[in-house]
Amino acid sequence: MRWFSWLTSSAANTLVDPVSGRKLYPIDGGIAFADYHKQETADIPIRNVAMPSHYIVPLRVNPRFTARPIVDIGARVRKGEKIGESEGKFGVAVHAPTSGVIRDLGQYPMTHVSGLPALAYFIEPDGKDEAIEPTPYRGACDDTDRIRDFLQQMGLAGLGGAAFPSHAKVASSPVKTLIINGAECEPWITCDDRLMREHASEIVAGACDLAAAIHAQEILIGIEDNKPQAIAAMQAAAANHGTVTVVAIPTIYPAGGEKQLIERLTGIEVPYGHLSAEFGVLVFNVGTARAVHRALTYGEPLLERVVTLTGAADNPGNRWVRIGHPIAELIPEMAPKPEVDRYLLGGPMTGFAIPDLDAPILKGSNCIIAASPALFPPPPPEQPCIRCGACAPVCPARLEPMELYWFARAQQFGKAQEFHLFDCIECGCCAYVCPAHIPLVDYYRYAKSEIWEREREKSKAQQSKARFEFRNYRLEREKAEKAARAAAKAAETKRRLEAQAQESHAEATASGTNDRDGAASPSAPDANDAAARKKALVEAALARARAKRAAEATEPSGENRE
Amino acid sequence: MITAPYWRAPVSVTRVMGWVLLALIPAIVLHVIFFGPVLLAQLLLASVAAVAVEALLLWVRRRPVVSAITDLSALVTAWLLVLALPATVPWWLTLLGIVIAIGVAKQLYGGIGQNPFNPAMVAFAALIVSFPAELSRWPLPTTPVAWQWASFLGTPNVDALASATVLDTLRTAVHSGQAVSELLGRSPVFGTLSGAGYEWIAVAFLAGGLLLWLRGIIPGRLPFAFLLTLGVLSTLAWLVAPERFAPPWVHLFAYSTMLAAFFIITDPVSGVVTPRGQWVFAAGAALLVFLIRHFGQFPDGVAFAVLLMNLAAPWIEMKTQPRVFGEDHP
Ligand code: SF4
Ligand code: SF4
Repeated sequence: MRWFSWLTSSAANTLVDPVSGRKLYPIDGGIAFADYHKQETADIPIRNVAMPSHYIVPLRVNPRFTARPIVDIGARVRKGEKIGESEGKFGVAVHAPTSGVIRDLGQYPMTHVSGLPALAYFIEPDGKDEAIEPTPYRGACDDTDRIRDFLQQMGLAGLGGAAFPSHAKVASSPVKTLIINGAECEPWITCDDRLMREHASEIVAGACDLAAAIHAQEILIGIEDNKPQAIAAMQAAAANHGTVTVVAIPTIYPAGGEKQLIERLTGIEVPYGHLSAEFGVLVFNVGTARAVHRALTYGEPLLERVVTLTGAADNPGNRWVRIGHPIAELIPEMAPKPEVDRYLLGGPMTGFAIPDLDAPILKGSNCIIAASPALFPPPPPEQPCIRCGACAPVCPARLEPMELYWFARAQQFGKAQEFHLFDCIECGCCAYVCPAHIPLVDYYRYAKSEIWEREREKSKAQQSKARFEFRNYRLEREKAEKAARAAAKAAETKRRLEAQAQESHAEATASGTNDRDGAASPSAPDANDAAARKKALVEAALARARAKRAAEATEPSGENRE
Repeated sequence: MITAPYWRAPVSVTRVMGWVLLALIPAIVLHVIFFGPVLLAQLLLASVAAVAVEALLLWVRRRPVVSAITDLSALVTAWLLVLALPATVPWWLTLLGIVIAIGVAKQLYGGIGQNPFNPAMVAFAALIVSFPAELSRWPLPTTPVAWQWASFLGTPNVDALASATVLDTLRTAVHSGQAVSELLGRSPVFGTLSGAGYEWIAVAFLAGGLLLWLRGIIPGRLPFAFLLTLGVLSTLAWLVAPERFAPPWVHLFAYSTMLAAFFIITDPVSGVVTPRGQWVFAAGAALLVFLIRHFGQFPDGVAFAVLLMNLAAPWIEMKTQPRVFGEDHP
């Protein structure tokens, strides 16, 4: 049946990138938009922004980690000073974006779909922007462990959107291929494009630093071919680096998705639940690569990033924005038009409407779109699926979106999982093309969260069972200990009494008086004592067995979803 | 709350259905040129009836009426049914077909997107079983328009002015011991390639279908696999026994073949969505069409072939799930 699948799949066409001469592998699905809306901002140089009235610097650096606050309220901090301590595998240090005074440590609105608040420092700048003495990296360039720790201390996290801690990626080395992601496939966003045009050599230097740290043999920089200037700039910067290849890849959304980029450049499909490092590949965003270079060479922690301000605005463009800059104070920069009704964070395909504009810019905040009803019309009413099949060929994960929709709607979550719900990368291509205007991705998010909720419930039940058993075990143990203590005390008493008896006996012998009571009295506790000791031993053994069972019951719930 | 994606392609069910209707227009125009305007009356009657039945049933089922009517799907079903039937069937037969297609095959199963069987084919099958005589009287290019109107109004005075389709004629003849070569080109039923007049309408179906394919509304593999399979089967049969089997071009350019290839088996709701499954679905339908045409009891096999494949569709789909990203990658 090989010819059959050959005939029916896109694997038949081989592509070669004319820029690098490299073979490109086919990727599935995707959408070529008629208008990417990049021209609004792509040709305007990156500018700085005015200092805001305050910064909200989140300590919750990623979904798995909240940094430990190490500076007190009222303290004065300087730019680059560490204010949040990183711990553990996914921890990332947090630094002050400027010099000023810490006014508060508390829950502040966050730049997240949910808008739920998170722990953050409120910093009032003093306007001096004084920085601490930088401490560049002094170790060997291939000392993976030291570089990993250094990046963690410098607060390095992915600037592509997910803000995944960079050191955690470095730790998963060694790999063969380092991929630098400059694809920037989502419409409207141009921050990586600008960065590549303006700071190509720093990106290449950062890529080389990373490659040395993870012992990668080749560096591929993937850029969508709708950014010829960026490609040219990066090629010029990479000219003297033999291991670096700039690859122009066809422009199709979502070619810049990590899995899609890996597939396009290497042909490797990284399955759901696996890390690309298992396949010898690591991907870093271009902005991250530059930040790594700045950190290692100049000792600069990750304090700022490029943010695209675009949409229905009179003064769009890219800006250097420090992490913690309140979005509300960034928006006037682009002079939004009066018809703007909401602001999107990220692109139109995967972004979200910012629920609270008081929230700050985070490391992964790449773009703010001033959305107007004209640019992003409200979705037409949802109609029944006509099974037209338009959604399947655009799915980069080769799923069958209409089946997933059907199962999610019918709450058949088991079936949905069987049809690989969790392989869905929520790119939105299916919903984009659906003529019935079904918000397909919403259904998938709903199904995923329901499944997670159920698993949490299950593990909670397991946990409470474990807790219950542990409590029983504790009570039993306390009882056993009490019994053991009582036994010990009894033994002690007995010894004392015996000693006393002996003494009195000696005394009696000495004095000639025969105290019979004194010798007879300890015999009663003696009998009690043996029984108590035996009971204590049995109970201790039982408790041990129970503890073991309790531990076994806790174990599965201890495995957290990655 | 509205969530991503905030962008949508400018597509809608109405547009999809509108393109299908548009793609049928060349065939309708040729039909009117060859056979006169009766078809237009049929289309008008069927359209009005389809919308009325759909609206009524939606209202009874307490479903939104306007959005369901404006999606044009009822019109597509109505037009396809009319084109599948001879243009001269009595008006009440068309009406009955619409009630079956829209009322039973579509709305009783839950409306658009829910029907496991192709509504037009369900109606056609029901009618051909109940009224085989009416459904095998196809007008010829020479049939007077007046007679056609009379037939439409249910009062044909002369019976012999319409005839069976080419394939039906051949089948009857072969069953009665005649050789195919004795018939080809000798009867007014035959044109150059296939049925007189109808062969050109078939070409118009092909053109309309190609338009749909270019617009990305139907996947090319469905008509391709269907026509390929039918072509291969009829060629083989014809090479083996030329006196018993019609030559491949008669099959391929038969009116019902092209209608089925581009407009019937491409109905997404009752079909298969997996790419490999679509090859199986179309090839299977072609095989059944070939078998029923030659060995069945009915003048044409398309309706039954499609309904049988509709029945098998869920199973085909299950067996042809694509390999998901990253799954058992070499
Ligand atoms: S694109 Fe929409 S209507 Fe078409 S099959 Fe997919 S979900 Fe159904
Ligand atoms: S959102 Fe999920 S199902 Fe839809 S196209 Fe993207 S990966 Fe496929």
